[in-house]
Amino acid sequence: MQENLQDLSIEFLRRMMRIRNFENRAEMLHAEGEIPGALHTTPGQEGAVVGACMALRTDDYMIGTHRSHGHPIAKGANLKGLMAELFAKKTGVCQGKGGSMHLSDFSVGSLGETSIVGSGLPVATGAALGTKLAGKDNVALCFFGDGASNEGTFHESLNLAAVWKLPVIFFCENNGYGATTPVSEAMAIEHVADRAAAYGMPGYIVDGQDIRVVYQAVKEAVARARRGAGPTLIEAKTYRYADHAVNMGRVLRDRGAELDQWLKRDPILLFEQVLLNEGVGNDVIAELHAEVEAEVEEAISFAKSSPYPDPLEAFDHTYIDRVPIPAGFKVGL
Amino acid sequence: MPRRTFLEAIRDAQYEEMKRDDRVFIMGEDLSCNLFGTATGLADTFGLERVRDTPISEAGFVGAAAGASMVGARPIVDLTIASFIYPALDQVFSIIAKSRYLYGGQARLPLVLRAAMFYGNANAAQHSDRPYPMLMTMPGLTVIVPSGPCDMKGLMKSAIRSDDPVISLEDGTLWTTKEEIPDDEDFLIPLGQADVKLEGSDVTVVAIGGAVRHALNAAKTLNKEGISIEVVDPRTLAPLDRETIVRSVCKTGRAICVDPAHRTCSAASEIAATIVEEAFEYLRAPVIRLTTPDTHIPFSPPLEKGLYPSKESIIRAVRKLVGNAALES
Repeated sequence: MQENLQDLSIEFLRRMMRIRNFENRAEMLHAEGEIPGALHTTPGQEGAVVGACMALRTDDYMIGTHRSHGHPIAKGANLKGLMAELFAKKTGVCQGKGGSMHLSDFSVGSLGETSIVGSGLPVATGAALGTKLAGKDNVALCFFGDGASNEGTFHESLNLAAVWKLPVIFFCENNGYGATTPVSEAMAIEHVADRAAAYGMPGYIVDGQDIRVVYQAVKEAVARARRGAGPTLIEAKTYRYADHAVNMGRVLRDRGAELDQWLKRDPILLFEQVLLNEGVGNDVIAELHAEVEAEVEEAISFAKSSPYPDPLEAFDHTYIDRVPIPAGFKVGL
Repeated sequence: MPRRTFLEAIRDAQYEEMKRDDRVFIMGEDLSCNLFGTATGLADTFGLERVRDTPISEAGFVGAAAGASMVGARPIVDLTIASFIYPALDQVFSIIAKSRYLYGGQARLPLVLRAAMFYGNANAAQHSDRPYPMLMTMPGLTVIVPSGPCDMKGLMKSAIRSDDPVISLEDGTLWTTKEEIPDDEDFLIPLGQADVKLEGSDVTVVAIGGAVRHALNAAKTLNKEGISIEVVDPRTLAPLDRETIVRSVCKTGRAICVDPAHRTCSAASEIAATIVEEAFEYLRAPVIRLTTPDTHIPFSPPLEKGLYPSKESIIRAVRKLVGNAALES
């Protein structure tokens, strides 16, 4: 690698730790009733998410999914606005309009975290079209799951992007399950990446638990996109330790030995081991853990002390102008 | 002032706005061949990057318009026929209508979706839809249904300049109608503003799209009977200019809502409900809806013809309202 490997590696680890820690704490706070709504966490997938985002520039675009916490963190968003959004506060990155499934920070290049499976693929394709028409060199990366690859929008988007040679990277986080349904029951082929051939674009399978492998693959796809050679499909084989959503009151599917196997290949533990082998000190890693922990606690304090939005803000952002407030509308719960 | 047809008005609006703003581009099926006559000369003038033919992939290219608009482009999507919006509805409802809201105002989606409502031409149930009522139910969308070339051009130009997503549903029965249009590159008709097409004192007829013409024709006949009709054209159905409609009904005390869409949850239903809520004490008679009945559009012309509101059905309804039913022959 040409970049300063040491700096980049520490940042890889920092962002993976941020996601893990942020979500662990969010899950606890959700259980305590501090965070309303559904919470879909991503433990086990951090290597894929961070590896992909760090291969992008801040002004490159990214669109994600209902499992949204990791994407903005990986792209470099500040944790305060993200945590405040989970808390449904005014200071949240979406001002309390989106919540856990839609943590989207446009200041780091996000174009949304959309919770209808498969709906982000055409948007990323269009963002790439927009930058191409404007003569800019930004690329767009679309996160989606194995489940989304069975949606029509996946096929339409890959076809459009290929036929128009758009600068877009379709990045599949194949975590083995669409909610609770195993991939093997949802498609008759083994690899999502094989579908690339049908659209005339390269398709690669990468080990999603090895952040450097992910980073390298996406970096190459980004370079290809930037030089006008068109889209790439990358499938990261990864795994979600948690259930589809947290605190659903029961285990949706007992994954027993399979889960144990994947836990041994945890992307954070694996990468810490790599760094130790390369001579990074235990103290450096411990310090990083402490730093991230403090950062997350600070974000929680910020979220807790932030005000809720004014009830009349329900009428903002439907259009550019506030929609008329009905006569006699009573605010409050 | 040049006389232009409805289709030429659409073409002119697109041409002028593309010339004015480099960020505006058009995409859709068979555009460069000008299949519907709304893109005459555009591909030659602006090239195939900005007049972009698409695969038959509605969800894909409607969603792509959303993405392109979020990064600063201003796409116009030509969906050709209105029912072709259905394969793209998740993109319309979940992405285009909601992205600004969901992300707390971070997104802007300046895009236009255009489609023709191709009814009355023996095209059977799948190609004859007038789907604006369904789109009106989704906050975040601006929905226009122009009733003539002049409004078409002025509203389309405003739609292209709007920072909100706009859906233009264009009444195919008006395609060949001609009108004089001001020769001004900044001729704009504001979105969200109804227009009183004819002033009158006895009955307000709120008419939509092609029905406006029928209402104006009915008014001529009724005028000879001494009945004075006021014709109000909402022009934009969402957000709806309720004020202009209610003001008219407060003056006349009678209202008929004429809408080529199906009856249940039609635009006419919403307008009638608004009148009843906001002008009840002014009403001298019940509010009437004239709509297409809740059955599908058949292929056979003799089956299809009688289903839509017409000049004759408006005349009958007005006579009934003002108590001149005896004039019915």
